[in-house]
Amino acid sequence: MNKIIKYVITDILRNRIVLVYTIFLLAASFSVFSLEDNSSKGLLSLLNIILIVVPLVSIIFSTIYMYNSAEFIELLLSQPLKRRSIWLSLFAGLASSLSIAFFIGAGIPVLIYQANMIGFTMIMTGIILSVIFAAIAFLATVKTRDKAKGIGASIMLWLYFSLLFDGLVLFILFQFADYPMEKAMIGLSALNPIDLSRILILLQLDVSAMMGYTGAVFKEFFGATNGLIFSFLILLFWIVIPVWYSTRKFNTKDL
Amino acid sequence: MKYTLLIIFFFFYAGLSASTIRVGAKRAHKSIRSAIEKAVDGDTILVDAGHYKEKNIVINKHGLVLKGIDHPVLDGEKKYEIITIKANRVVIDGFKLINSGVSSLEDLSGIKIYDSRSVNIRNNILENTFFGIYLSNTIHITVENNRLTASSVEEQQSGNGIHCWKSDSLKVIGNVISGHRDGIYFEFVKNSVIWRNISKANLRYGLHFMFSNDDMYVNNVFRNNGSGVSVMYSNRIKMFSNYFEENWGDAAHGILLKEISDGFMEGNYFMKNTSAVYMEGANRIYMKRNVFENNGWALKIQASCSDVVLEMNNFIGNTFDVGTNGSLVLNYFKNNYWDKYEGYDLNKDKVGDIPYRPVSMYSMIVEKYPPAMILFRSFITTLLDKTEKILPSLTPENLKDSAPMMNKAF
Repeated sequence: MNKIIKYVITDILRNRIVLVYTIFLLAASFSVFSLEDNSSKGLLSLLNIILIVVPLVSIIFSTIYMYNSAEFIELLLSQPLKRRSIWLSLFAGLASSLSIAFFIGAGIPVLIYQANMIGFTMIMTGIILSVIFAAIAFLATVKTRDKAKGIGASIMLWLYFSLLFDGLVLFILFQFADYPMEKAMIGLSALNPIDLSRILILLQLDVSAMMGYTGAVFKEFFGATNGLIFSFLILLFWIVIPVWYSTRKFNTKDL
Repeated sequence: MKYTLLIIFFFFYAGLSASTIRVGAKRAHKSIRSAIEKAVDGDTILVDAGHYKEKNIVINKHGLVLKGIDHPVLDGEKKYEIITIKANRVVIDGFKLINSGVSSLEDLSGIKIYDSRSVNIRNNILENTFFGIYLSNTIHITVENNRLTASSVEEQQSGNGIHCWKSDSLKVIGNVISGHRDGIYFEFVKNSVIWRNISKANLRYGLHFMFSNDDMYVNNVFRNNGSGVSVMYSNRIKMFSNYFEENWGDAAHGILLKEISDGFMEGNYFMKNTSAVYMEGANRIYMKRNVFENNGWALKIQASCSDVVLEMNNFIGNTFDVGTNGSLVLNYFKNNYWDKYEGYDLNKDKVGDIPYRPVSMYSMIVEKYPPAMILFRSFITTLLDKTEKILPSLTPENLKDSAPMMNKAF
């Protein structure tokens, strides 16, 4: 298993896309921090990068990588190896290289300029988002055999999580405007890892004061230790469930 | 000739009558109370440094001057009001007043002035007093260079720093107030000036105006108060060059203008407030050359306001420039600088050619459906704002700056 992970990582490093991604993140975060006069505003700008670019790159890159290494997977399957361990080590290799890329690209600048609780939360959520979207990409690839269809599906998934879901939330809000929706919003936000991460980071920044009553309800929930544990558990579920489901599918898949 | 004699007579009479009484551990008078008992109108009482537990000192002789040397401590032992003044032309200078009693029934204070005129309170230090300096039905009082510190945690258990009720022609100058309920409180106060004070970290408001007309405040700093500054139900207030900073919290604002008419604001600086200016039922307010920087909302202007004019203000780095709750707009914006303005200036007259609409779609949504704030800084809200900029539909049509500045207005 370790051998496969090592092989996947060296393969990813060799194809340079992840390297370019790392350099892009580095450049973006350093410029964001040096452009803004106070570093907490830099964090806010970086937030947008984390919430949009990181999921996009993770999901698209993972999908394409999986389709491109279809032959490699077939080769591995001809060896006396368990399907489960092949699939999981592929996932581990991809997820860890994306996380390392994020950590070097965005984590190090954040640690340099904002080595505090906010920065730490930001790095954590960035890494978790990288892993979650790699997991979702695995789900997309295992479901369809056709490459174009698979990539399309993962783009749609990204679009759903970063845009359409929020539109739905807005729609629900308008429909149920007469009801107290604050608590329900907490539940809704758990359905989207990007939203959950955004709220976690915003509550660490003191912009939560701007969020009025909703902000207060959220702060009460997510600010407490239980809320933090709950939200990180939810984020973990977002990794575990797609990976578990795709492994099951892969086990019985007719290649 | 006749008059000259008279004048000389008065001159000598006054010179002879006003004597100086000294109070201290080594003086004839050990306590301030006995010195006041002995004194006649116009005397000076000099108090040596020391710790005085005098219960309540009542000053009822006109023209007394109480002067402390090296800030003698007057201790209220957490039971008494420290100084009560019921006479005209009294001066209290250079004392340190600590630990007044706490009573909401009697409003115990460090220094309380009843029904008097021309009193001067200066250079005192007040620590842990319930109310600090309390003026009730007074005229022409000067409160100058005092330092008031309280350390209460609950609004109900604390009094105001400088509390003025039903007074006229006050001067509140150069005081530093912190930890009280309201830093400076004005109710039914006319023709007064508040100048160069610093009011910070108070539990409720830095400055609280109620039913006070024709007042002016200049060069004050209001920082980090529970909910900023509140000016309510008053007319003809002038506000110049004040700093409203870091009033950050759920219901905090730099300044709340509620039912204000004919106000004038110029040269004020609003920084890092949740909402810098919150206007409700304000009429005929003229705001010119103010700076709004890094606020959550620079301006929350309810539809109940009319004839508010904003001219040549700078809006820089605010999350939302203007928030409003209705489509009726009776206010005017012109020649302001908005850092979010994306227009152009073809004829190079430094005024943008297309109007700027400071109300964003998202701020309208949030105003209507507060829980929508959970979408704060999400991708969709940015997208909505952009589309709304191109095709305004929800934001009020008339709320716009038709001549925005290309560069900072000043």
